[in-house]
Amino acid sequence: MAVVTVTQPGQRRTPKAAKTSSVFKKVVMAVSGIIMVLYLIAHMIGNLKVFAGRESFNGYSEWIRTIGEPAVPAQTTLTIIRIVLLAAVIAHFWAAVSLWRQAKRARPNGYVTKKPVAQSYASRTMRWGGVIVGLFIVYHILDLTMGVANPEGPASTPYDRLVAGFSNPLITAVYVIALVLLGMHLRHGIWSATQTLGQSNKRREKTVNLFALVFSVVLIGGFLLVPFSVLFGLVG
Amino acid sequence: MPLDLFTVGDPIADTKAPMDVPIGERWSTRRFRARLVNPANRRKLTVIVVGTGLAGGSAAATLGEAGYKVKNFWFHDSPRRAHSVAAQGGINAAKNYRNDGDSVHRLFYDTVKGGDFRSRENNVHRLAEVSVNIIDQCVAQGVPFAREYGGLLDNRSFGGAQVSRTFYARGQTGQQLLYGAYQALERQMAAGTVEQFARHEMLDLIVIDGRARGIVARNLITGEVSTHFADAVVLATGGYSNVFYLSTNAKGSNATAIWRAHKRGAYFANPCYTQIHPTCIPVKGDYQSKLTLMSESLRNDGRVWVPKERGDTRDPREIPEDERDYYLERIYPAFGNLVPRDIASRQAKNVCDEGRGVGPGGLGVYLDFGDAMQRLGRPAIEAKYGNLFDMYAQITGEDPYETPMRIYPAVHYTMGGLWVDYDLQSTIPGMFVIGEANFSDHGANRLGASALMQGLADGYFVLPNTMNDYLADGPFEKVDDSHPAVAEALQEVQGRVQKLLSINGNRTPASFHRELGRLMWDLCGMERSEESLRKALDRIPEIRQEFWTNLKVSGDQDTINPTLEHAGRVADFIELAELMCVDALHRAESCGGHFRAESQTPEGEALRDDENFAYVAAWEWTPEGAPPVLHHEVLEYEYVHLAQRSYK
Amino acid sequence: MTATREGASFASGTATDPAMAPHGMTLTLRIWRQRGPADKGRMVTYQLEDISPDMSFLEMLDVLNEKLILAGDDPVVFDHDCREGICGSCGLMINGTAHGRGTSGGPTTTCQLHMRKFKDGDTIDIEPWRASAFPVIKDLSVDRSALDRIIQSGGYISAPTGTAPEAHSILVPKKDSDAAFDAATCIGCGACVAACPNASSMLFTAAKVSHLGLVPQGQPERNDRVVNMVAQQDREGFGGCTNIGECSAACPKGISMENISRLNHDLLGALRAGARPKS
Repeated sequence: MAVVTVTQPGQRRTPKAAKTSSVFKKVVMAVSGIIMVLYLIAHMIGNLKVFAGRESFNGYSEWIRTIGEPAVPAQTTLTIIRIVLLAAVIAHFWAAVSLWRQAKRARPNGYVTKKPVAQSYASRTMRWGGVIVGLFIVYHILDLTMGVANPEGPASTPYDRLVAGFSNPLITAVYVIALVLLGMHLRHGIWSATQTLGQSNKRREKTVNLFALVFSVVLIGGFLLVPFSVLFGLVG
Repeated sequence: MPLDLFTVGDPIADTKAPMDVPIGERWSTRRFRARLVNPANRRKLTVIVVGTGLAGGSAAATLGEAGYKVKNFWFHDSPRRAHSVAAQGGINAAKNYRNDGDSVHRLFYDTVKGGDFRSRENNVHRLAEVSVNIIDQCVAQGVPFAREYGGLLDNRSFGGAQVSRTFYARGQTGQQLLYGAYQALERQMAAGTVEQFARHEMLDLIVIDGRARGIVARNLITGEVSTHFADAVVLATGGYSNVFYLSTNAKGSNATAIWRAHKRGAYFANPCYTQIHPTCIPVKGDYQSKLTLMSESLRNDGRVWVPKERGDTRDPREIPEDERDYYLERIYPAFGNLVPRDIASRQAKNVCDEGRGVGPGGLGVYLDFGDAMQRLGRPAIEAKYGNLFDMYAQITGEDPYETPMRIYPAVHYTMGGLWVDYDLQSTIPGMFVIGEANFSDHGANRLGASALMQGLADGYFVLPNTMNDYLADGPFEKVDDSHPAVAEALQEVQGRVQKLLSINGNRTPASFHRELGRLMWDLCGMERSEESLRKALDRIPEIRQEFWTNLKVSGDQDTINPTLEHAGRVADFIELAELMCVDALHRAESCGGHFRAESQTPEGEALRDDENFAYVAAWEWTPEGAPPVLHHEVLEYEYVHLAQRSYK
Repeated sequence: MTATREGASFASGTATDPAMAPHGMTLTLRIWRQRGPADKGRMVTYQLEDISPDMSFLEMLDVLNEKLILAGDDPVVFDHDCREGICGSCGLMINGTAHGRGTSGGPTTTCQLHMRKFKDGDTIDIEPWRASAFPVIKDLSVDRSALDRIIQSGGYISAPTGTAPEAHSILVPKKDSDAAFDAATCIGCGACVAACPNASSMLFTAAKVSHLGLVPQGQPERNDRVVNMVAQQDREGFGGCTNIGECSAACPKGISMENISRLNHDLLGALRAGARPKS
């Protein structure tokens, strides 16, 4: 017998449906997340230059701004990196807010009593943790990139700003808290991205989770090395 | 037989099976002779299907595919919840994939013999023929049957058979087969050929000018009682084991649809044939709401035993081998633990009656996997029976890997049901009955893994072919609520609902149900006698009387009210119970699941009386107060020779 | 409509087995009562005595309901049927976890949760599944037909009756068949949705996509199936999956998270191949 298809005229907006699908949003989140993680790896390795001394670190900072010169004008590469990162942040944020709102709509009235069974602290803090990390990044740019929020001010060298900031235990504490939150965000994020991109399975599940944990610890450990070294006077 | 209990009417016979050709050609001949309905006309014909189990779901989907306008009714929220979902063990088919001598004829023979020579040869042969198509159909739907490493389908053996012909999907075969049918049904709903009426309960059948033309149904959420019309009505509403209150059926399983149809003129055949399943988890307390079955496949590797001494309360693991009585292996050396269900159940009752039962109240026997664990190792047992062992542990709080399981028989399936001819049409023209709701294929005892086979055979292959012959006369004259017969049915249903709500007595529907169930289990259960049945027949009218004067139903009519639903079902169970006892009393022989204490061999086996009872008892309802009328359908055996069943 | 008597207190007192009666537990139940979709709903407290540890959770509710009926009150409505963990009808949020998973110690349905998991004197909170795609019908009963509509959108293999080839003409590697079976054991109870912080039905949909996508018979419709089923679950108003894993932990059949990954994999492949959802 013939297959009967029910088609209502005027409702064929298929591509849109595909792109606002919850899975599509997750893919956007996963891909933008991966871009940011790649940047974080480079950022962390770059930070370690601080142990090579003031000249080396400031030189590295200068190099970033002059890559490609004289073939392209100054700051071209950096600008491209910044645009890509900004786009990733916006996409990540859009997907998160959109899914968050969808979840709200999907359960407008919560439970009187609700207890997690499988949820980790990391997965539970993705949303608020993400917001806090986002705010931290703004502060971090104002502090170390632009210097406006730094005790040394915008006219100083990157190395001076860094030492000045992390000599203050309060500022270091802010960085530590934010970085730990970021680490947890990554731990769930890496696992989640693997799932979302359809690359996980029962066999790999343990490995993926272990990798996510080790990766997050190493990355965040690498980042934390700098402020702690400053705080304890190893760098100064 | 005293005539106050029933009267005898004209004999009845199936006239649809073509008897002029050999049995192997009857089904194809019937299909050829049955009139067809051309595809353009099918769209003008409406069919109501009540139920979405294996039979109803597969029928509704197939009729929808065929182009009929189908209206499908069920009382659950989703069609996927029909109780077929709970069938565990498997489904038989005469594929002979094992090259172990199986064939259509052997499946036919085993089923007739297993039914203790009380089923119709024609129907059973057709069932065996169609069995092979069912497996093909289900595989095409993606049902994940168990497979071997080479990618071929796996088989196992089951009670009452010496060949491996049972296809299975771990311990959840019914679930997987049902989901296959359910998905086919949902596909038709999406295509618009099947209209869905979820959470609707059929409360009456509409018969106009001698034809079934519709049903009266209550929307269980809004309480609205409404009429629905069609050119034919199919009942696929399952069995009536819940007349015993405690059974392995789901809580909602009920006899209301078939009982209402019976009261509108459909004959009820062999109501006393009930199957008691041997491997269930024993009862623990008064509050118990249902019994849980564990697949009979457990008997493939588990050994059944009780202590040799009465009142031996030692831990089973401390009872030495020579003080155990593996009674099934002892009495039936050829079949051992794989004897048919009725025999395994009755022997369990016998050893418990002797005082050798184990567990609380002495109502249990051991099912021991000790040997199998040693022979095959725990991983193999886990792979085969893991889900059943887990279920047992969850319910009893005991670990079956460590200590033998305790099992006891429980009511599980009803072979009796509405009488149908070879076309599966009841005595009301236009009303067809399929699956467990009819009486057709299992005789006095059903073999394991045959219920799924029958449900799907009826729904996928038999009904969609035979029904055309009736529908070829349609479409029938249009009817609506103004017809006096419709108004009468509607009024009766509404009146009944009001009555149930207005009695305002002191007992809940569940309390009556428990009382009825206990009575039926004690007096019309695994063993019946004239004395017990007479006692039951004295007591049931008293229960009915009290029900209609002392029932308490709280809540309202116009909202979801499970107490009201339950009350209506219990009212029907009480009436059905009476007919079951009359049937059991009149059948003064033992056969299959019907064991009359007065009719047994010196060794205590069921003793049939073929001279007097080789017939189907088809009961006709008579208005209030008058005794039911018995119509005989004589069973003749051309291909299987009547013999005492022996599994020794 | 009969008003629900608040703060009712009952002793079961029907036990005739003397061994049972004195050992019963006393429990405080806080149950969500909601007369209908329009009612706001509230938690109502009941006291129950003499509850046997061998009772199932639903049998304990039966005891309560019998008392309520005799008192002329509206009994608590909850869905249930097979009471052996396979039909998927029952589903209650018990002390904040779906099917009482936090109390059971292992995967379970509500009907297979037994009172021996609770202690004398416990307070038990009982709520319905909460999701806008599962509107409350009354008390603890919700409408889960959204799940059926997800199946309607593609959760099947088109194999009209009578068209099937001989079963052994299709070989399925045991590994694939077993994995398909594991996914196919989903009973459609909705616990995944109930437990998910996003109220997402992803595990349900993924289980069906996996089951049918793992067997050869399911290949021709594989791409269309996944895009349509995902589109339908979004249309039904479920939340999006964020891979937290509450669903799998709550699942009575232990359906694993890898099915979600497989769905995502299939979906991305299908979209790349040009499959688009039907409107």
